[in-house]
Amino acid sequence: MEVIVCISKSPDTTARIAFTDQNTKYDEQGVQFIMNPFDEFYALVRGVELQEKEGAQLTFLNVGPASNDIIIRKALAIGGNKAVRIDTEPKSAWDVAKQIASYLKDKTFDLVLFGKETIDYNGSEVGAMVAGILDLPFVSNASKLEFENGNFILNRDIEGGIEKIRVAAPCIISAAKGMAEQRIPNMRGIMMAKTKPLEVVPAVETEDLVELVSYSLPVEKSGVKLVDPENMDELVRLLSEEAKVI
Amino acid sequence: MNILVFADHINGQFKKTAFESVSYASRVAKSNNGICTAVVLGKMNDPAKLSGFGANKILEVPYDGKFSSNVYSSVLMELANRENAELVVVSHDLNGKSIAGLLAAKWGAGSVTGVVSMPEFHNDGMDVVKGVFSAKAYARYRIKSAKKVISVMPNAFPPEEVGGDANIESVNISIPADRIEVLSVERAEGKVPLPEADIVVSGGRGLKGPENWHLLEDLATTIGGVLACSRPVADVDWRPHNEHVGQTGIVIRPKLYIAVGISGAIQHLAGVNNSKVIVVINKDPEAPFYKAADYGVVGDLFEVVPRLNEALKKYLK
Ligand SMILES: Cc1cc2nc3c(=O)[nH]c(=O)nc-3n(C[C@H](O)[C@H](O)[C@H](O)COP(=O)(O)OP(=O)(O)OC[C@H]3O[C@@H](n4cnc5c(N)ncnc54)[C@H](O)[C@@H]3O)c2cc1C
Repeated sequence: MEVIVCISKSPDTTARIAFTDQNTKYDEQGVQFIMNPFDEFYALVRGVELQEKEGAQLTFLNVGPASNDIIIRKALAIGGNKAVRIDTEPKSAWDVAKQIASYLKDKTFDLVLFGKETIDYNGSEVGAMVAGILDLPFVSNASKLEFENGNFILNRDIEGGIEKIRVAAPCIISAAKGMAEQRIPNMRGIMMAKTKPLEVVPAVETEDLVELVSYSLPVEKSGVKLVDPENMDELVRLLSEEAKVI
Repeated sequence: MNILVFADHINGQFKKTAFESVSYASRVAKSNNGICTAVVLGKMNDPAKLSGFGANKILEVPYDGKFSSNVYSSVLMELANRENAELVVVSHDLNGKSIAGLLAAKWGAGSVTGVVSMPEFHNDGMDVVKGVFSAKAYARYRIKSAKKVISVMPNAFPPEEVGGDANIESVNISIPADRIEVLSVERAEGKVPLPEADIVVSGGRGLKGPENWHLLEDLATTIGGVLACSRPVADVDWRPHNEHVGQTGIVIRPKLYIAVGISGAIQHLAGVNNSKVIVVINKDPEAPFYKAADYGVVGDLFEVVPRLNEALKKYLK
């Protein structure tokens, strides 16, 4: 079985959010970058489990500049056979999807796994777009993935429940919480990662259909109003008369 | 500008997000002298309901299969072409999320997901705003392509009843072969999904254990709220993971969010910051959550929550 896990870079979850260039650029100064948690905790670890259990060949795929190699090496320290980086500073979800799809189009694989979204642009789009470009079956937000008789059996999260789905390979799946448990790389893994191949391939030209106009920050709350813990009638009054939410 | 909008349903009952999307699409169509066409796949109890939310035309697609992002996106693409639609609107709920990117890629459309603004039109495109960095910021995007797809954030646009008498047409369309088989569906019946809830009662580690959740359940029942929790609570299985809100959980924007025994870590806030009103109950006056709160009660939750419950019962009676 050939499995490809797409990993992306995102700012650390505690990173300061600020913008430069008249609010058109994310200010990366002092920001620590991490592997997008949905990719790392779920898609990547499930890929590694398939490698261990089913003997899958596991490739990590990233679209990004050379500074992303740190994150790719971390992935290789957790598992996988090799990694591929498509060398470009991605401009949009569409750009990333086009890059991945044009890399995949002449490869053979059974499964391409994505995290359900990135924690920076929160698009939930890249996996779906790749499936659209390559005309492959797509299941999003899978919280469980098993391999049985050549098919993948999935739980897809739906509001208030799950759907159990069977899909034949090759397919594109996005991973949600529950699919696997986060793993911390160990010393041996970190050493081995250094010798695993990391291939760098050139990007293709893409045309952008969507353009960022500007960023903005939410208006800050005006300050908390404290209510006496003995007097919950007062809180109820405020919620009803002032906030008008009950 | 003609607009096609996907109206999703569960076993014949429209989702709240269907009304929100139709309402949104019809407002955009009206201000652009276009037609708002709603699409329904499968058997609906009352498709005409959509005209009440402003649909000018309702297309019923005969379909007896289950949800499939591949099939649904193909059908929407075909109908968008037939109706000369420039914009397709879906909800940013779990089905909508899995349709939007697929449809955009197949149709050759520019797309923005999780939209929280009405569109603004410019010579060279259509602007929409969405939350980025897990609700810590907003980004305004301009879709420059002729074809456009957007998904609209649940609970961002209340559905507006405007009345109307749209025509319902059954469409003749060949459903593409599917490579996905839905084996079974398990769904808690009659429960409001968390992203659609107006009132959310949420608990953190301060509750000490799952055996104390009856406090929040009682409060939620009284106030008509839905339960949520912080990540560590779901991680240790005190509560199911589909109640986990935050940066790595569900992002919600209810009218009222009541946080009980939750410290308010930045990753938690990321999922709930867009709530209209936030109430924090925490015994630690230094808890970071107070910075993001509208109302705070500094006290022991084991005393405060029952007291609040009684006060609410008295008020609601
Ligand atoms: C990559 C990453 C992603 C994350 N994603 C998320 C996420 O999506 N969602 C999320 O929630 N967290 C997330 N976290 C975890 C987050 O950092 C916090 O650890 C977590 O939110 C804390 O949960 P808590 O508030 O329930 O627990 P704690 O931080 O332990 O807070 C418990 C609170 O309860 C109060 N308390 C205790 N007893 C009482 C009492 N008797 N009465 C009143 N108050 C009491 C305490 O004062 C304290 O403030 C993430 C972390 C990382 C690193």
